[in-house]
Amino acid sequence: MTVTDLVSYEDALASYDPVMGLEVHVELGTKTKMFCGCSTELKQDANSQTCPVCLGLPGALPVVNEIGVESAIKIGLALNCEIAEWCRFARKNYFYPDMPKNFQTSQYDEPIAFDGYLDVQLEDGEIFRVQIERAHMEEDTGKSTHVGGATGRIHGASHSLLDYNRAGIPLIEIVTRPIEGAGARAPEVAKAYVAELRELIKALGVSDARMEMGQMRCDVNLSLRPHGREAFGTRSETKNVNSLRSVERAARFEIQRHAAVLSSGGTIVQETRHFHEEDGSTTAGRIKDNAEDYRYFPEPDLVPVAPSRDWVEELRKGLPELPRLRRARLKEEWGVTEHDMQSILNAGAVDLIVATTEAGAPSDQARKWWMGELARNANETGRGLDELPITPAQVARVAALVAAGDLNDKLARQVIEGVLAGEGDPDTVVEKRGLKVVSDEGALSTAVDEAIAGNAAIADKIRGGKVAAAGALVGAVMKATRGQADAARVRELILEKLGAEG
Amino acid sequence: MTDNSTIIKLTAAEIAGKIASGELTAVEVTEAHLARIDAVDEKVHAFLHIDREGALAQARAVDAKREAGEKLGPLAGVPLALKDIFTTKDMPTTVGSKILEGWVPPYDATLTQKLRAADVVILGKTNMDEFAMGSSTENSAYGPTGNPWDLTRIPGGSGGGSSAALASYEAPLAIGTDTGGSIRQPAAVTGTVGVKPTYGGVSRYGMVAFSSSLDQGGPCARTVLDAALLHEAIAGHDPLDSTSIDAPVPPVVEAARNGSVQGMRVGVVKQFRGEGYQAGVVQRFDESVELLKSLGATIVELDCPSFDLALSAYYLIAPSECSSNLARFDAMRYGLRVGDDGTKSAEDVTALTREAGFGDEVKRRIILGTYALSSGYYDAYYGSAQKVRTLITQDFEKAFEQVDVIVSPTTPTTAFPIGERADDPMAMYLADLCTIPTNLAGNSAMSLPCGLAPEDGLPVGLQIIAPAMKDDRLYKVGAAVEAAFVEKWGHPLLEEAPSL
Repeated sequence: MTVTDLVSYEDALASYDPVMGLEVHVELGTKTKMFCGCSTELKQDANSQTCPVCLGLPGALPVVNEIGVESAIKIGLALNCEIAEWCRFARKNYFYPDMPKNFQTSQYDEPIAFDGYLDVQLEDGEIFRVQIERAHMEEDTGKSTHVGGATGRIHGASHSLLDYNRAGIPLIEIVTRPIEGAGARAPEVAKAYVAELRELIKALGVSDARMEMGQMRCDVNLSLRPHGREAFGTRSETKNVNSLRSVERAARFEIQRHAAVLSSGGTIVQETRHFHEEDGSTTAGRIKDNAEDYRYFPEPDLVPVAPSRDWVEELRKGLPELPRLRRARLKEEWGVTEHDMQSILNAGAVDLIVATTEAGAPSDQARKWWMGELARNANETGRGLDELPITPAQVARVAALVAAGDLNDKLARQVIEGVLAGEGDPDTVVEKRGLKVVSDEGALSTAVDEAIAGNAAIADKIRGGKVAAAGALVGAVMKATRGQADAARVRELILEKLGAEG
Repeated sequence: MTDNSTIIKLTAAEIAGKIASGELTAVEVTEAHLARIDAVDEKVHAFLHIDREGALAQARAVDAKREAGEKLGPLAGVPLALKDIFTTKDMPTTVGSKILEGWVPPYDATLTQKLRAADVVILGKTNMDEFAMGSSTENSAYGPTGNPWDLTRIPGGSGGGSSAALASYEAPLAIGTDTGGSIRQPAAVTGTVGVKPTYGGVSRYGMVAFSSSLDQGGPCARTVLDAALLHEAIAGHDPLDSTSIDAPVPPVVEAARNGSVQGMRVGVVKQFRGEGYQAGVVQRFDESVELLKSLGATIVELDCPSFDLALSAYYLIAPSECSSNLARFDAMRYGLRVGDDGTKSAEDVTALTREAGFGDEVKRRIILGTYALSSGYYDAYYGSAQKVRTLITQDFEKAFEQVDVIVSPTTPTTAFPIGERADDPMAMYLADLCTIPTNLAGNSAMSLPCGLAPEDGLPVGLQIIAPAMKDDRLYKVGAAVEAAFVEKWGHPLLEEAPSL
């Protein structure tokens, strides 16, 4: 492998105009596979979720999963696409051991959805419209594990293990038209598009769209052309980029690499590229000349899909509020900046905050906990916010306890820590750890008296009008009560007892 | 007590009646047929696998049911020979190919399940051209089958094992599959009855695919009524086969019991005669048309010009689909595996296995189909063939505006000698000249005996073609023709076959 010399991003853009095409595969969250009744649950024993159909045994026949079709239509509608009145599946023929039939049941020239667009919002608030060429239905392949090689790729492996649990899981492939005019912002557009698409898919409830689990995968096709030229350059296809950040990095790297090759007089080879998380680079995969021939033809084992217009309209009516519009509404309701909203989105906190407010917490409190203490914990433990063992209702309860004066911030953090540690719900943690704010006036009064007695010099200063010195006494009381006192009330009592005006 | 030589000549309807009445037990019937297989199958080679124990167990279960006073179905206890293309959990399923030698599927085909549910006794699996590609059964990887009329001649194909089992009295019922004529042409050359139901009439789930848009399983028997009884048992909608038709099964048994052509309009297609048709075949066909007239039918001459293109279209569509359907035989999951010595790549093992496991005709069609689907050739070949298919369907539609059924010879010649066409694929393909248009259009057709060709004394088949989902018309006409011929001959045609 030769190390590619890159030109700087700025220099690349000074000479060339990037054109991108993004192909996103989404694994649908249907209970069963696309063409048989096998479960789609992840992380099961190898080959435990297979049957004659998804193993491609002789004689077995596919039957279309209606929920799969429904999901595809919903995605198409949400992407402002036309929905085909009549379309067929097609066979894409090629040999690979993880594909049981040695053809993939897909769609070719008759996709279920076509001619749409998705508006995506860039970080500065600008809206960029990405044109959608098509969204079509297909099935996933099995999974090969190559054993014994250095790279985990087939080259050099001693043998390969095949798991067909994934074979036949429904996929929707969403293909953009060439994205032109993004200029230097192309990588940002790519990331924003995939992010928006992911939100959309989640909002539709058709998939969890977890990129880290492979439920959503992006191929970044990219080419450069000199400024002013209309014809596209030769593209590279960076396959299976599996995070938002990687999508952006892959596009950026390819812009720099293409520019380096082109400006040194070389030509870009049409090939697939592998993306490397470690350093953000890509390396060459297969050459994709036009000799590759999938011999598509209409799948004779399936009848055409002809969704009735009534059904399509019914699905259109049932579409949820689009994520971008919902975010705009929430931003308004919560009174946050565009930047904050973007952070909330990036942290995957939008739905959690909404759920917390629905459980009774004020939005600022909900935001404060999810974007503060909980985001920190998630970050430290390498989990997603929604993977933390705490529910929006529990967060709302903590907020309620603070609002009622039963907890202060410091105690509330301890309660959350307890919930995350599996000690029970907030009230149980408060109970078990004895974390209630000391609001018993008698006990508090005694503690204040003791603090005044033990810090006579400071008490004198306060009596003398140096109200600011009260902080030290408050600290002493808080220490004595192990933080369980309401600091504001303590301060009031101190000033009261020392005859000073707050 | 009925002796074995009498039992094996009974029809399925008669056997079922005698078992139901207690005159015969299912075990007696099964044993008689197993004994016949023991006696003649070494010569005929109709079977690839005989399931003696399974058959007797099923027969005993039927007898136990009867003793317990349970109601028996119309085919309970009747033995059947199953083409080795339907999956069976308890028997190997080879499709006549080395590539699946010894493969025992983990599941039963829908048709297999229906036979079991009807208490039919499955004797075993019958020989066939590899992957149903052929018209002589010579393409079987397990050796040819002899025609019981003359063991040096072919029994038709691909379902030659099933037709030979019927004609040699090894079984009163058999199952075939018909992609281009593989039920009807074997029936014609063995003097038996075979029906290709409407496409979608019988589930294809568990039937190893050759050409998915053409393949259709169906009944084979020695009489029209027996075929109808079997048709009814195996037909009907199957949620596991998207292409199976969700509508009531046409009333085939009722039609077979009420044969008549009185007042019917019967079409004779101009394109189904001429060069390549044996004189004796044409003679018996013309006599059949006269017979239909005498029975009260009106004969209508039809012109179906696109039928001349059917064979060409078929040999693009069927190989194209087969090239894709047979891709799964890659040595990775089941069946033959050649060259896996730890040093070769998966691709090499796949290539070596396919080289060793597929016969010449299968390879020929895979190569043809791969080529026809290639980019740059798709429109000229596969695309044009699909257009021809539409034209043929339209010709049938127009024809059926004028007539109720169409008749033709089933195949242009009588059974040819084994080996005669083995090295001449084009000559072999011509055997399906009259049967292929029906597969391309998806409608239904039957072949039944209409006499012996004077020049060679071998059976000639009459084909009856009906519109889709009007399969009952085949039986109504077939039963009338059969009754008239048996009356004329004084006995069923098969009586004239030499004893084995």
